[in-house]
Amino acid sequence: MSASTPIVERGTRASRVGLLLAALLLLAAIAAPWWAERSSQRLFTEFLYTLALAQMWNLLAGYGGLLSVGQQGFVGLGGYCLVVLGLQAGLNPFFIVPLAGVVAALVAIPAAAVLFRLRGAYFAVGTWVVAEVLRLLVANTASVGGGSGTSITRTVSGIPAWWRESTTLWLALTLGAGATLAVYFLLRSRYGLALTAVRDSEPAAESLGISVARVKWFAYLASAAGCGMAGALIFITKLRIAPEAAFSMDWTATMFFVVIIGGIGTIEGPIVGTLIFFLLREFLSDYGSGYLIVLGTVAVAFMLWLPRGVWGLLASRFDLHFFPVQRRLRNQALKEEK
Amino acid sequence: MAEWLNTLLQGLLLGGLYSLFATGLALSFGVMRMINIAHGDFAILAAFVAIAVVEPLGLNPFVVLLLIVPLMGGFGYLLQRLILNRTLGQDILPPLLVTFGFGIIIQNLLLVMFSADTRSLDIGALGTASVALGGDVAVGVLPLIVMAVAVAVLAGLQWLFAATPLGRAFRAASDDSEAAQLMGIDNRHIYALAMAIAMAIVAIAGVFLAIRANIAPTDGPARLLYAFEAVIIGGLGSLWGTLAGGIILGVAQAIGLKADPGWGILAGHLAFLAVLVIRPNGLFARTRER
Repeated sequence: MSASTPIVERGTRASRVGLLLAALLLLAAIAAPWWAERSSQRLFTEFLYTLALAQMWNLLAGYGGLLSVGQQGFVGLGGYCLVVLGLQAGLNPFFIVPLAGVVAALVAIPAAAVLFRLRGAYFAVGTWVVAEVLRLLVANTASVGGGSGTSITRTVSGIPAWWRESTTLWLALTLGAGATLAVYFLLRSRYGLALTAVRDSEPAAESLGISVARVKWFAYLASAAGCGMAGALIFITKLRIAPEAAFSMDWTATMFFVVIIGGIGTIEGPIVGTLIFFLLREFLSDYGSGYLIVLGTVAVAFMLWLPRGVWGLLASRFDLHFFPVQRRLRNQALKEEK
Repeated sequence: MAEWLNTLLQGLLLGGLYSLFATGLALSFGVMRMINIAHGDFAILAAFVAIAVVEPLGLNPFVVLLLIVPLMGGFGYLLQRLILNRTLGQDILPPLLVTFGFGIIIQNLLLVMFSADTRSLDIGALGTASVALGGDVAVGVLPLIVMAVAVAVLAGLQWLFAATPLGRAFRAASDDSEAAQLMGIDNRHIYALAMAIAMAIVAIAGVFLAIRANIAPTDGPARLLYAFEAVIIGGLGSLWGTLAGGIILGVAQAIGLKADPGWGILAGHLAFLAVLVIRPNGLFARTRER
């Protein structure tokens, strides 16, 4: 018997094709202001920030095992950064986007300190309470428009329309692709391994020397920052902000649909999920509330019968991994014998 | 002075309603170790069904309880038996996500059927009747009835848990579901019964809510949050703790509301967060989380 060392593989053929495809798509998207119509640019922007939100939720729920139903709190917070830093302090709205991430992460620190006293299901509802507290605080602050909100058109009024639209798209691209890549590289690192270990079994992870609390804390802060940045960008495109819309449960509901339908705990899942989400919306948006009923039913059905989502199904059936985060062992000797 | 005493009493009695909401949640957590994220939405659903029945038939809202409570109970049994039992297991995400999905479905179903307008159940003069307690202090008759019902429900549950074979089965399934199964308990059935009772209580809470206030299809999540806060303030596993938690929440909201109309609900949330910081296990915790 020949002693052979198995080879550790981290890439797959699909991942190399995927990388090429992703690079081409990225280039096409960057160039969109020169070839796409304004309406499709807006659609791309929306697609990309939805993807960013979904990746952030997936990072928490799919990889960290932390279910949050309060991510809308950070989306709203990011949106309101436009009011405080843009309308009131006069900063360029596009600079506010990264700042909103910082603000959201800073707010997430005390929130985490309280919420991590709750576990599992209780953590989930606790995140919702925090989001509500943020909403009520904003709604009770008259200087940011109070309950009825305010227009933020003035923050972008000095910027030529073409630049405004293009920069919005590029920022959305940075967030959407950035969130995907950030999760990808995070998971390939030792921190990612720690995160998934914590999700799978906290005691086991702890016994291997992982600081469970710190890993969760980091995932929560990172997700808050991502949602905050996306929130600022979203309200640059909407130009009007009110607490009901900014802190709407719909943001988290959207992340939930996208990730569940696409495939929770995979990086490709949110991408596939966002595509399906936009397709469904295209076909069903005429039905108003009926559309949300259909989406909810589809998500529940997936949870019950296809808990790994569309991508989970495809990945296991065709062994397809565009963003492989796992390590695979290939035994050289075995292959040669064949 | 009398004004503040009235505020305190209002908050205290509001706690009865919150406790009704919280009891169902505490029960499903206690027995199945799951949180029904759509808990509040089911209460609003029950309330809208009550409104839909009362208005054309001209029934008394209290009479309609006789219809709604068993209806929601049966619905709860089937929901748990056919759907939610499939989601229970080591992973805590599936039950949360499935019930979250149910919440979205219910809210939008109600929006389609009843529009976004607020509705309520009218019980005529009883709705505004009050008992004078001397001075300028008075309490409403309806809040008193709600509080009495809440206490009765809790007493009934305590008796059920302490003195009946079903209660014993609930406790067994909660403490160690596998051992309970070995002793011949059918967990699927026990869980479904627990959800049936939780839903029956939720139906009472929803109907009382619609009698007391105007409700809209999207009010469910707020109700879930109050119920959840009452459970956590009271402490996990403590039945009477949910009443204490409900009262603390109600008083905090009433005081906040008195200070500024915008601060009522916020004061409740802040009281909850304060308890979480000071006593993470709640005031009267009995069971520990697994």
